[in-house]
Amino acid sequence: MRCATLCGMPGPRRAARTPEVDSAVRQSLSVAVATGLYGLSFGALSVVAGLSVPQTMALSLLMFSGGSQFAFIGVVGAGGAAGAAVATAALLGARNALYGPQVAPLLAARGPRRVLAAQLTIDESTAVATAQRDPAAARAGFWWTGVGVFVLWNAFTLVGALLGDAAGDPRRYGLDAAAAAAFLALVWPRLSGPGAGAARLVAGAAVVVALATTPVLPAGVPVLLAAVVAVVVGLVAPLLPAPAPDADRAAAPLACPAPATEPEVAP
Amino acid sequence: MSDAALWVAVIGAGLACLAIKLVGHLVPEHALAKPRVARVAALVTVALLAALVAVQAATSNGHVVADARLLGLAAAVVALLARAPFVVVVIVAALVTALLRLAGLP
Repeated sequence: MRCATLCGMPGPRRAARTPEVDSAVRQSLSVAVATGLYGLSFGALSVVAGLSVPQTMALSLLMFSGGSQFAFIGVVGAGGAAGAAVATAALLGARNALYGPQVAPLLAARGPRRVLAAQLTIDESTAVATAQRDPAAARAGFWWTGVGVFVLWNAFTLVGALLGDAAGDPRRYGLDAAAAAAFLALVWPRLSGPGAGAARLVAGAAVVVALATTPVLPAGVPVLLAAVVAVVVGLVAPLLPAPAPDADRAAAPLACPAPATEPEVAP
Repeated sequence: MSDAALWVAVIGAGLACLAIKLVGHLVPEHALAKPRVARVAALVTVALLAALVAVQAATSNGHVVADARLLGLAAAVVALLARAPFVVVVIVAALVTALLRLAGLP
């Protein structure tokens, strides 16, 4: 718990052991285990896409955002240019900027702790923190989820990368289809529920645009072009409701933040 | 991509994603809390993920192709409809695709 002490994380010794805090910590640990486990698939798919084990670990440590990491290796694996891979990862990470204003007031972190809080600001930590009613429980939820996911995500990334490295031809094990399924599981919760009409429309258009332009554009560009569709729909169709996150976070933790206090800000 | 170029992309993309998170902690809340900004960001996420599904499942070396991956993806849909956890969805898709290839499908 050295880091916890250094960072002022409200661990067992700092936070008052209220039932609310205990409940937030339990929630954090279950989210951390579920999310960490699927670091296995990221690690394996990353080496299959052509990254080395150190490069795979650098992504999990530095980028630390599941959707962006899967997108990065997706573009690299398809033979895309470095610029397209960076742009796709950054665009998918843009939603993390929307979480900062939700969690920063709860944490009141300054200096290096603020940088640490920013790095740990992901779908899961935001979802657990904003789901708590009690401020102390929200802080505990953020730090326990953030640190827990970070540790387990990186540990399982390493295991997955070493396994993927040993596996040989990825197609033999259907790992190319596994990558597609991973993206589908990430987007799935955003396509169901009330108000997901615009999201389904955009998803359908994105598929058409990506497939139609694949034969004529360099790898990686069709995916970026699909994002343009979303910007256009988002700007010209202000009357369509924004996609609402599904209530069940267990299916795909990274894809499914539920900022309960802020219904206007969809993830 | 060469190994050096890949390293540059890994570090660059990692720093970009960290910078994006920091922006959220440093800018005043009202600048990012506009419903329209949130809507566009949410839809961009959906579009990128949907496009990545399509490219990953139905293209190969710049061509649109239909092979065992599509049936693996269909199996993933069934798993998602059954509310299976993320890891199970991924494993089901891999397993179905691998078995179909074992049976001779491209």
